[in-house]
Amino acid sequence: MVALDFGAVLAQWPALLRGAAFTLGLTAVSAVLGGIVGVACGWARAWGPAWLARAVGVYVELIRNTPFIVQLFFIFFGLPSLGVKLTPELASVIAMVVNLGAYAAEIVRAGIENTPRGQLEAARSLALNEWQVFTRVVLPPALGRVWPAMVSQIVIVMLGSAVCGQIAAQELSYAANLIASRNFRSFEAYLIATALYLGLAIFIRQLLNWAGPRFIFGRVATR
Amino acid sequence: MHRRPLLWAAALALSFAPLLAQAQAALDEIMAKKVINIAIPTDFPPYGYVGTDLKPQGLDIDMANYIGAKLGVKVELVPVTSANRIPYLQTKKADLVISTLGKNPDREKVIDFTAAYSPFFQAVFASKGLPIKSAADLAGKTVGVTRGAIEDMELTKIAPPSADIKRFEDNNATVSAFVSGQVQVIATGASVAGNMMARNPQLGAEYKFVLKDSPNFIGVARGEDKLRLKVNEIIAQAKASGDLDKMATKWLGRPAGDLPN
Repeated sequence: MVALDFGAVLAQWPALLRGAAFTLGLTAVSAVLGGIVGVACGWARAWGPAWLARAVGVYVELIRNTPFIVQLFFIFFGLPSLGVKLTPELASVIAMVVNLGAYAAEIVRAGIENTPRGQLEAARSLALNEWQVFTRVVLPPALGRVWPAMVSQIVIVMLGSAVCGQIAAQELSYAANLIASRNFRSFEAYLIATALYLGLAIFIRQLLNWAGPRFIFGRVATR
Repeated sequence: MHRRPLLWAAALALSFAPLLAQAQAALDEIMAKKVINIAIPTDFPPYGYVGTDLKPQGLDIDMANYIGAKLGVKVELVPVTSANRIPYLQTKKADLVISTLGKNPDREKVIDFTAAYSPFFQAVFASKGLPIKSAADLAGKTVGVTRGAIEDMELTKIAPPSADIKRFEDNNATVSAFVSGQVQVIATGASVAGNMMARNPQLGAEYKFVLKDSPNFIGVARGEDKLRLKVNEIIAQAKASGDLDKMATKWLGRPAGDLPN
């Protein structure tokens, strides 16, 4: 029968911890930049000029209909033939930002398009310019409405970052894979990695649910 | 209704029976089913790769078919990667691993090995412009290697701390990283490097120094001595009859030579 030996894997805890920290860092950077890309693209699709909306539409559909690992490999292995060489870390961040940006764009657009007409008319009748209308009146409640979907998407991207280990970015699954291929304790290594991912996901969800209403879109009544 | 618990117990006992009967039973099972599952590489020319007809071919595949023929059973080829070939054996998804498997103490703790069946060596390769003579010259360079492979272990032992070792999932990714310039140096098997250099002459890559001479062994699940001894017998006969040399000459361009048992 299989005898479990968690000691052999836990003895490598610095590598696991570094991997978890790397995954968290990767997610933090990607969430901030991807969120910004998402808002910009959401604006472009809902409010922007027609040509821009169409261009962003192509980007969104291209990313949402191809696998993340293919996007990652394209950036890491494909771009060098165009003369762009990126480190595994940078390639991972770019792939995650591009990926999250596309999904976030659709989420934000849904929020923006659900703005009640009366709210817009009220804003314009107060002589606010378009920038003020968007940033003060439309965006905050829109983000508030779609925040749960946004948080989920960020967690999905964090979990998806597991494939970044394939291009030698030293995140959590890379650490687990390395440990497993050193001592062949695959089951234990992946079980511990799974627990760490679960912990990270819960942490990120709680953090964003707490931070969202306080810092991102203010205390809005979302009903 | 009173018989229910008994029924459950019987069902439970039955479901555990295969588990209990597993030790030492691999050979009997193979002979009874007339089928042997052999893990082979598909990303490792000339040992194992997919030809233009989309069928696996190479030295390891020939060896797998050879053993199947000698046992008189059908061979089911199971494609594996460097990183997952040992788990395949541990989880009984394969009876034998014939996948350019080198022998080292870590691996000997979890699986058993037969005698060696083909020659192999791992080395460091880089472009002609990079002056690299020994491990110390790797300082400050990025080195690509396949995670968990023998060359990874050797490189990790001898590389200076300032060498940036990037570990990839399989040989294809490692080679892609070198060819696309993402790493300056590649540590890999001679056959992989030979194939890579033949296809990408523009890289100007050359052999730098050897990491390890490691002939290939066939992996058997821990404790399956009956199967292991039977395979050893087949290898010894093939060695004596010159079949091993013939196979090595066909795929590697040189005879198998003196292989350890």
